[in-house]
Amino acid sequence: MAPLFYIFAVLAILAALSVVLQRTPVYSALSLIVVLCSLAVVYLLLGAEFLAVIQVIIYAGAIMVLFVLVIMLLNARQETPSDRSRLARWLGAPLLLVFLGELLFAVWERFPAATTRAAALPDAGPRAVGALLFRSYVLPFEVTSILILVAVLGAVVLAKKRL
Amino acid sequence: MIPTHYYLFLGAALFTIGVVGVLTRRNIIVILMSIELILNAVNINLVAFSRYFQAVDGQVFAIFVITDAAAEAAVGLGLIIALFRNKETVNADEIDLLKW
Amino acid sequence: MATGSNMPLLLLAILAKVGVVLLVLLTTIAYAVWLERKVVARIQSRWGPYLVGPHGLLQPVADALKIFFKEDIVPTEVDRVVYCLAPFLAFSLALLSISVIPFGESVTIGGATIHFQITDLNVGLLFVFAVTSLGVYGVALAGWSSNSKYSLLGGLRSSAQMISYELSLGLGVVGVVMLAGSLSLREIVEHQSGLWNVFVQPVGFLIYFTAAVAETNRVPFDLPEGESELVGGFHTEYSSFKFAMFFMAEYANIVTVSCLATLLFFGGWLGPVFGPPLLRALLPVFWFCLKVFCFLFLYIWIRGTLPRFRYDQLMAFGWKFLLPLGLLNVLVTSLVLAWRST
Repeated sequence: MAPLFYIFAVLAILAALSVVLQRTPVYSALSLIVVLCSLAVVYLLLGAEFLAVIQVIIYAGAIMVLFVLVIMLLNARQETPSDRSRLARWLGAPLLLVFLGELLFAVWERFPAATTRAAALPDAGPRAVGALLFRSYVLPFEVTSILILVAVLGAVVLAKKRL
Repeated sequence: MIPTHYYLFLGAALFTIGVVGVLTRRNIIVILMSIELILNAVNINLVAFSRYFQAVDGQVFAIFVITDAAAEAAVGLGLIIALFRNKETVNADEIDLLKW
Repeated sequence: MATGSNMPLLLLAILAKVGVVLLVLLTTIAYAVWLERKVVARIQSRWGPYLVGPHGLLQPVADALKIFFKEDIVPTEVDRVVYCLAPFLAFSLALLSISVIPFGESVTIGGATIHFQITDLNVGLLFVFAVTSLGVYGVALAGWSSNSKYSLLGGLRSSAQMISYELSLGLGVVGVVMLAGSLSLREIVEHQSGLWNVFVQPVGFLIYFTAAVAETNRVPFDLPEGESELVGGFHTEYSSFKFAMFFMAEYANIVTVSCLATLLFFGGWLGPVFGPPLLRALLPVFWFCLKVFCFLFLYIWIRGTLPRFRYDQLMAFGWKFLLPLGLLNVLVTSLVLAWRST
């Protein structure tokens, strides 16, 4: 299992870099889809089958389709860098590395070589997730559904020409 | 067996890349996509901890995050379409009417 | 997990299984095209392909040879990377979902258990939906990258159509999942040993099948192609091998959807089993294939009979009729289940 993790972790990071570095939005979107799918594999390796499939169905299959459609509709082509701030150009990369180093250091400090305790979760299939979702977390679940409803209304109000 | 902190490293790396995207890109659509990257970085941590603590709760939270991402994408893309209709641009730095 | 010593053997067995399934699937696709041409021809009182081989049986081979030797034209203004990626994406995703479809009961011959399935995921059904939902990209990207108005319109239309009908597709099978209490295709089939789901969930089946026809972009929902208005739809600019990949992807999707309909609603491989052990082992596979064949025939029958929807009718039908009906079906099923369990 270990080589699979490394392959897909590296793939995810490379594709994520490509999301940020590509100048054409469609390529960014495609790279993001690669990130999402490789993360789904990482979830599978962590024993979260249900979440992995949900990730592909909702993230890669619904949300990203929306992105691709909007890019196609707006016909967003190449983006030209603005080159406005010289300070950002020189300080950006070092500060970024400091930030990343800090994050990694924090993780390393808190979890010195912490391995997972057991080989696998007892059960992380749809049954276990569903039971938890509809018993312990039923209030957050309902609140989320209201959030989705509001988002749908908001999207219609914003995007429709004449109501 | 992959130690838990490797997953956290992966999450941290994706988070940083997402932050870079939000800060440096001009195209609002790409900025939104970078935000999705950040959300995914959070999800990795949630799932990794769910494994570490032997509790499915983390995965349930990850599902909530995915749902929120869907809501965010719907509203965000709606905003982008409305903006494009009014200003004919998707560049964040050209939409500066409220900036003085 | 296998132990270290027989790992290569296990890998070989898996590879062999994958090879056999792919071979059968590709042959089915080729002959589904032949069957379609024959049946549609008979519906329109023509003869259909008759020249190559007896009853035109070698026509698929001739078609394949012809299409491989055609010139592969890439228009100058296309986005090359995405343009070449899209057909591969469509085709490989269409083939991928067959990997979780079980064809028959597991049998034990000479101490070795043979599963008629490449892999048994306990979220198998969701896996198929995940792969189907990714299939939109092939179409959408083909439309966008061709840099032609017909392709773009076709791509946009079909993505919107596929997203809309995916919801109904999912809602249609929720009832079945609730009845079986599992997302594993094998368990869903085993749950139907008493009564096929189509009798318990007739509304669910109708929703599923209608949405499935729309999802595979077939008549009467074949608006992405819509020859009379959009030339060829999203694959207007494609030729030769790349066009063939879209074509095969469409038929592979039809086969997958038919397999799924058989598994979810018509009891999969269940059927009368009798005779000597070998027959006993192979009869379930035969029943499964027979049921899938009936669905393929139904697809072609529909194609030969029904006219095409208008686009607004299609959207209104999906969102205002099929989706509410699906929700209602879920509600009624869960109420009945709850009432029965108390």
